[in-house]
Amino acid sequence: MAVNLFYFLVFPGLLFAATVGAFLSWFDRKITARVQFRKGPPLLQPFYDFFKLLLVKETILPKHGSPVIFLLAPVLSVFGATTAGIFILLPLFNITTGFRGDLLVIFYLLTIPSFSYIIGSLASANPLAAVGGSREMKLILSYELTFLLFIAGVIMKCGQEFNLYTIIQTQQEGSPFIGSISGVLLFIVGIFCIQAKLALVPFDMPEAEAEITEGIFIEYSGAAYALIKLAKYIMLFILPAFLIALLMNGFKLEGINILWAVLKVIMVVLILTLIRNTNPRIKIKQAVNFFLIWMNLLAVIALVLIAFGY
Amino acid sequence: MSKKTIIPIGPYHPLQEEPELFKLYCDGEIVKDIKWETGYNHRSIEKLSESKTYDQVFFLVERICGICSTSHPFAFANAVEEIGNIEITDRAKYIRSIIGELERIHSHLLWVGLAGHFLGYNTVFMWAWKYREPVLDLFEMITGNRNSYAMFKVGGVRRDIENVKISIIRKTLSDIRKKTDLLAGAVMDDPVIHARTKGVGILTRQDVIDYAAVGPTARASGVAIDVRKDDPYAAYPLVNWKVITAQAGDVFAKAEVRLLEMYESISIIEQCLNGLEKVKEGEITVKVKEIPEGIGTGRAEAPRGEVFHFVVSDGSNSPARHKIRAPSYVNIATFKKSCIGQTIADATISLAAVDPCYCCTERMAVAYDINSGKRIMNANELIDCSIMRTAEMKKNLINN
Repeated sequence: MAVNLFYFLVFPGLLFAATVGAFLSWFDRKITARVQFRKGPPLLQPFYDFFKLLLVKETILPKHGSPVIFLLAPVLSVFGATTAGIFILLPLFNITTGFRGDLLVIFYLLTIPSFSYIIGSLASANPLAAVGGSREMKLILSYELTFLLFIAGVIMKCGQEFNLYTIIQTQQEGSPFIGSISGVLLFIVGIFCIQAKLALVPFDMPEAEAEITEGIFIEYSGAAYALIKLAKYIMLFILPAFLIALLMNGFKLEGINILWAVLKVIMVVLILTLIRNTNPRIKIKQAVNFFLIWMNLLAVIALVLIAFGY
Repeated sequence: MSKKTIIPIGPYHPLQEEPELFKLYCDGEIVKDIKWETGYNHRSIEKLSESKTYDQVFFLVERICGICSTSHPFAFANAVEEIGNIEITDRAKYIRSIIGELERIHSHLLWVGLAGHFLGYNTVFMWAWKYREPVLDLFEMITGNRNSYAMFKVGGVRRDIENVKISIIRKTLSDIRKKTDLLAGAVMDDPVIHARTKGVGILTRQDVIDYAAVGPTARASGVAIDVRKDDPYAAYPLVNWKVITAQAGDVFAKAEVRLLEMYESISIIEQCLNGLEKVKEGEITVKVKEIPEGIGTGRAEAPRGEVFHFVVSDGSNSPARHKIRAPSYVNIATFKKSCIGQTIADATISLAAVDPCYCCTERMAVAYDINSGKRIMNANELIDCSIMRTAEMKKNLINN
């Protein structure tokens, strides 16, 4: 029990994932700044942001709407992200072997932050938040099928194995899945799904600053918004880690391989950052078409290639 | 009729840098109707102008708009010079045109950046504003100010562009042309930008004529209206240039017109610099003794469209009546055509596409309560109230 609590709260759960995520968020902001001829924030800026919101800023509740649900939603998002995080990170760090079918559990847990944002935004009774919530809903509906196909592709590649640990082991004994045509296709599909799950440009229409002024988060302030930031930091680490576990050999934590593991995470985040800095925001209708038609098509092609052994 | 949600854009909203309120009446994501309110920023410029001398009014009208701060002095100078029948020197004409066109370049670059920001493309935002910086440096070199240049006066300009500065301006302009090439390439060839802006917020030729839209908003719909050609002033008849138009009328066409106009502006400035070298240095003003009684109208093509100033002179040293119409005043009305039926995402970029400038557009509004018919206080009355309150407070403090 104590060990499980340690896993959840410290390593590889809340504290560890959030810290790494915060540094990755700094990396993302720094790269963005360099691309845009700016200087960028100092290394500890994400921590300053978080603690300022948590400890200094006042939490203002919307006058209309439901305060309990409004405040519960950020807590729920942190729990969802952390739980998904430990299911991903425990096998990845070779601590436990997980269980058969844990991939599906991870799949469901990863949707909890998005759903809690929707619940929170609708509980705030703000018309702009409602627009943001409806956009987030449409976005989830469009990318979830693609994300499921992506996971299914990895499962097929591994010989119908539903266990994350086995998938990592299979790759480490053989070769990483990304080293084949179908693997590359799956990687592209996975990157775009992660981009949408993190609500980064071009898929940031639920937040869309210039249209609906941060949409789903418009009413959040103070500690509640700090928790949302925390959930976002965690997601920024565990989603790239999930992609690395599924396609890129996972982590080997010995000697020079530790450096490799860090580089892999940074590389995936770099790809996400570059995509978000070289594209405008697309419309929600275009996002739905993009996933339902093009990304699904790409995923199905990958599945067919896998079936033929490519 | 289904229930509609009001999506407010304003009074303070990241989409617009100034206070204004657009109410989008939405059914789901579709905008069914739009209403707007301005009047948050009324400064009674026209009334103030009647209490200033002609020389002072230039500084006043320059502060109507921070971005196109030369277009208002330009139009006012045209109006006053029409009353006095004043013919300015060629050198002053060239300098006026150079300032006007430099301003167009920096204003269009600013719009391209903002449009990028509204689309969530912050890289374009930052790049465009970085490339705008050399233009502001040029302004600082020529006039001493990055903005609000204080260059115009009745009968000419206040400062000369010395011939030694011409080569520096030429060099900076060629740099700006290269940067514009890069930016235009990035914007015009990006398929995602095409997907976001093509076919969005379309104004047909007829809409533009019906709503009397001006400037790039009209030119993007194929209406070749440009005061610089239609009612030539300053050095524009002395140089070669063409009016840029596009046919589609959508947001992309408006961006295209603005980007191509920047090249025209650069070419106009280069020709004006050639002209400057031919005329004698230092002849920048003609002496104006007095403004006779009369009526004058002045027009100038601001980056956003036609600026119109109407001045009545009673022979004294200040205008008896001064009326201003800025381009956004007519362009904002086209939102009825361009936004209704679009999604919120499209409507917001359509709002931004006319590059509206609200402080130019402000009119005083008197509001009445619908139910009681009672007059609701306007800003001036509120200020009077606050002055009265301060006086009362002071009196109380002294008495105690």
